Amino acid sequence: MATELTPQGADPTRIHNIGYRKYDGPRLGRAYARRSLYSQSLRGAYGLGRSAKSKVLPMVLFGVMTATAAIIVAVAVAAPAGTMTKLPLSYTAFAITLQPVIGLYLAAQAPQTVSRDLRFKTVPLYFSRPIERRDYVLAKYAAMASALFALTAIPLVILYAGALLAKFDFGAQTKGFGQGLVSVALLSLLFAGLGLVMAALTPRRGFGVAAVIAVFTISYGAVSTVQAIASAQEANGAVEWLGLFSPATLIDGVQTAFLGATSNFPGGTGPGAGTGVVYLLVVLGLIAGSYAVLMRRYRKVGL
Amino acid sequence: MYEPTVARLTYRALLGRRRAAILFLLPALLIVIAVAVRMLVGVDDGVAADVLGGFALATMVPLIGVIAGTGAIGPEIDDGSIVYLLSKPVKRPTIIFTKLIVAIAVTMAFSAIPTFIAGLILNGNGSQIAIAYTVAALVASIAYSAVFLLLGTVSRHAVVFGLVYALVWEALFGSLVPGARTLSIQQWALSLAEKIGADGAIASDVGLPTAVILLVVVTGLATWYAGQKLRSLTLAGDE
Repeated sequence: MATELTPQGADPTRIHNIGYRKYDGPRLGRAYARRSLYSQSLRGAYGLGRSAKSKVLPMVLFGVMTATAAIIVAVAVAAPAGTMTKLPLSYTAFAITLQPVIGLYLAAQAPQTVSRDLRFKTVPLYFSRPIERRDYVLAKYAAMASALFALTAIPLVILYAGALLAKFDFGAQTKGFGQGLVSVALLSLLFAGLGLVMAALTPRRGFGVAAVIAVFTISYGAVSTVQAIASAQEANGAVEWLGLFSPATLIDGVQTAFLGATSNFPGGTGPGAGTGVVYLLVVLGLIAGSYAVLMRRYRKVGL
Repeated sequence: MYEPTVARLTYRALLGRRRAAILFLLPALLIVIAVAVRMLVGVDDGVAADVLGGFALATMVPLIGVIAGTGAIGPEIDDGSIVYLLSKPVKRPTIIFTKLIVAIAVTMAFSAIPTFIAGLILNGNGSQIAIAYTVAALVASIAYSAVFLLLGTVSRHAVVFGLVYALVWEALFGSLVPGARTLSIQQWALSLAEKIGADGAIASDVGLPTAVILLVVVTGLATWYAGQKLRSLTLAGDE
């Protein structure tokens, strides 16, 4: 006991000045911390700043996306002049066609973004910084959405560049490119929100991956199966409404109604403007809803 | 060869609160689809085979196999708690074998039973379709569990690789490159279903003897190799 060493009668408690200096430099504050968290999460989503092994999967998937775009461009450019007036795959159809790849990317990276913090209990360390719950959720959400946007928009840029090289009509291509960008931005927000919610609710990475895949790929498979059957039975009204039940068909519906896309629904019967409003509302509701769920999730920090 | 305590722990890990939710979700979805299709179409053998083949056997069984197979061992290796199991005087191949039995049981329970129910809903086992697909699901469960359990011991990203195999190799390549179908658990299981179902109801690209031999060899090899991997397991940090 320390008291045995101090002389009788003296106050045993004392504070020694052992020479620590106060920090009096600039404090970077909340916005800086939020920005750092955002950029770290975004880099982490592509494995930058992490081990070589964790770069493999995101980079391979990114390569698949860009290579597909490059092949489409090569086909368009190599075609004899005059035989092609537009790209073989339109800007809006690109992300929908490649949505299994996007789903895999999200399934692999969304758990990386949030589950590790939860599993290793590092979340309290974040909140010992001057950020608040909203900042953490916003930074992670924005990072995941930006990562998905990079994954889907860069191939579109390649397509656009290729279309201009192949001397397709400039006005029509620019319009299609713009519509494609709006559609993939919406897709990135929707997918990132749903993926992060699934990942934050199941902190074990393996189960997080499976849950994300279950929500995206399986719901898409299920909806298209039933749609195909409904279409074969000529129940086109059912086809239109069934699309509400999977994220990819939701985006498909929105862009068919508002962004001049051709629907991938069986029979090509996408929703019109009226049903399209419902689609858009559901998409926006899901985005807001996943933000709200994430905010709720981080009210209690920990597993 | 079978260690009840290991089995009990594995069941608990697999059927814990939230994990079981994913496992219940897929069969529930299958039943919902079956009911919806039955109401839309009525009894139709072709449609029933499409739904059971396209959704149940092609996506649901592999996915449940991935969850159960890798989930039986992956999380324990991931968080390092496997060392407490390995330090007990239980042979490593015994641990693998026990976990395999549990994974097979869980996969069968969550894939074959819903497949059978969905088959009954769709066409009341006309042309033996429900039975055929149930048998296919049972057989596929064994092979998927063994393969994905092996993946769980080999890689930390077992779930992703398992999904890539199930969704990209079997679904995508299998439909584009006919040769890929010979090396697909789904087709091996289908060749059994082909024998059971009425003539022409179900088609498989692999002959029955080849399929049976491949199934047995793959399951045996995967289990043996998983036991070997566990003998020389190195624990590393995340990443």
